[in-house]
Amino acid sequence: MMDWPAVALSVRLAAIVSAILLLVALPMAHWLTFARRRWTFLVEAVVALPLVLPPTVLGFYVLLAIGSRSPIGRLWTAWTGHGLAFTFEALVLASILYSLPFAVQPISAAFARIDRSLLEASATLGASPWRTFVRITLPLSIDGIVAGAVLSFAHTLGEFGVVLMVGGNLPGVTRTISIAIYDQVQGLQYGAANETALALLAFSFLVLALVYALMRKPWSVAPL
Amino acid sequence: MTAANGAVLSATVRRRVSPEFTLDVSFQAPAGFTIVFGESGSGKSTLLRMVAGLATPDAGLVTVGARTLFNSVAGTNAPPADRRIGYVFQGLALFPHLSIAGNLEYGLAHLAPAERVARTRAIAESFRIAHVLARRPDAISGGERQRAALARSLVTDPAVLLLDEPLTALDHASASRIIDDLRVWNTSHRIPILYVTHAHREVFALGERVIVLERGRLVASGTPYEVLEYPSSEPLAQIAGFENVFSAVIVERRPDAGTMLCRLASGDSDGHGARPADDIHIEAPLARGEVGTHVRLAIRAGDVLVANDQPRGLSARNILTGRIASLTREGPTVHAAVDAGVRFSVDLTPGARDALRLAPGDPVWLIVKTHSFRIVS
Repeated sequence: MMDWPAVALSVRLAAIVSAILLLVALPMAHWLTFARRRWTFLVEAVVALPLVLPPTVLGFYVLLAIGSRSPIGRLWTAWTGHGLAFTFEALVLASILYSLPFAVQPISAAFARIDRSLLEASATLGASPWRTFVRITLPLSIDGIVAGAVLSFAHTLGEFGVVLMVGGNLPGVTRTISIAIYDQVQGLQYGAANETALALLAFSFLVLALVYALMRKPWSVAPL
Repeated sequence: MTAANGAVLSATVRRRVSPEFTLDVSFQAPAGFTIVFGESGSGKSTLLRMVAGLATPDAGLVTVGARTLFNSVAGTNAPPADRRIGYVFQGLALFPHLSIAGNLEYGLAHLAPAERVARTRAIAESFRIAHVLARRPDAISGGERQRAALARSLVTDPAVLLLDEPLTALDHASASRIIDDLRVWNTSHRIPILYVTHAHREVFALGERVIVLERGRLVASGTPYEVLEYPSSEPLAQIAGFENVFSAVIVERRPDAGTMLCRLASGDSDGHGARPADDIHIEAPLARGEVGTHVRLAIRAGDVLVANDQPRGLSARNILTGRIASLTREGPTVHAAVDAGVRFSVDLTPGARDALRLAPGDPVWLIVKTHSFRIVS
């Protein structure tokens, strides 16, 4: 049967991650698109790394970075009284890194499509950079922002390798849908695995269909 | 209105745009229209962008009245938002997601809502777009879009207005109506208006003053008459409507008469010719240069006379024989191409063509006064 706690955990994780990612990706995409420095390409490459790295590699380094002997891990332990590895917070942190390109790239592409003279017109009409961002840049790139949020939500929902590396498989804490499916298959419960897998498949399809329907511009923002 | 209105714009700017192109210009613009004229790529838009603060000069000084907008020595560089400079972009740059009212009100965020609405109304009425205030830019006509862009930049009461070829997409009649409205607006506001164009009819239509840019340099300035009637260079002659430009060599100087005799150089123009161009001698106004110096002679198509019989007893010093290659009518003008060793463009009226019964292939005589020729560098 369906592992409902795993579903709830996955949805909670994806919602938190995509919300934080929006806050991180908007300024990052803005910087990447408009403040082009000579070394901007290095940042672009780092942001895109999760697209090509095996999740286990990313998960491995996150695990090292948050381990009890790392500075981050020690700080976290001093602050909360328990370790960071194999917790829900560790999943959030790892998922933010893992889904970063899925939020940054569509937003950055949407920013780049804005006619620069609109931003310049806004400035000559007395608008501060912040007002230009809120009144012109944001509304004109709303499709890319929605795409970034939805894609990072969907991508986080379905991740497996990173979760397994940094979260393990603790029911109600770090057991997400994909881990539950893996468990069910290991236990030869193919019926239950199919039920969960089908639910994830249908949900992912619905989300993507919704994004592309909203944008109505075929492949204007490819998932990658 | 405010103290800054009526203030003179003064700019001295230098910027290396690319290894081959450096813009280096100094000019002043008092209240009224100043045409910035030049071919595309001459640096007109870059100049406007530096005045508006959208591009930064490598060195220079930009002031409006007592306000310093840019000073490379003192390190002053006011951001565009603080310059009070209205800018109408070539593509207009109306915000597509806002209504026309939203576009007009955009620059009035600092005002109380009632005042904002009142000002928007007033400017919309004086630019005749009050009926489209509720619509988006993509739902109105091209002329209305131009008016909206103009009104948006003026409603903020700028100290200077910059117009980057705003009317090129419009037909002549719509463009002149908008220019008239702008003129009316400026009689009560009196601010410097820089108007970029490469269409020479607009220079005469608007012109109080014109400055001419060529490859990043200011090559001429003055009234349209001064600048375009005596063009100082060949590109300027071409944009100023001197359709005929010929290569020639000085063969004899006649300082007493104030003239010189030139021989047209062969292989010139487009190479048409019943006989070698070397035989054609032209008397032109005396210019600097020794015998043997190469010069360029320019003449307007409208300053060449045509006769269908050998003219006698004329004061004109240049009478050439030729043959009509083609006749084409364009509105009230007939353009004739005449082979006279070199190809001359000649403009005449349809009435003159009919009276002389001119047809392609006919032999004709071309008559040109000495002082209709301009020597251009």
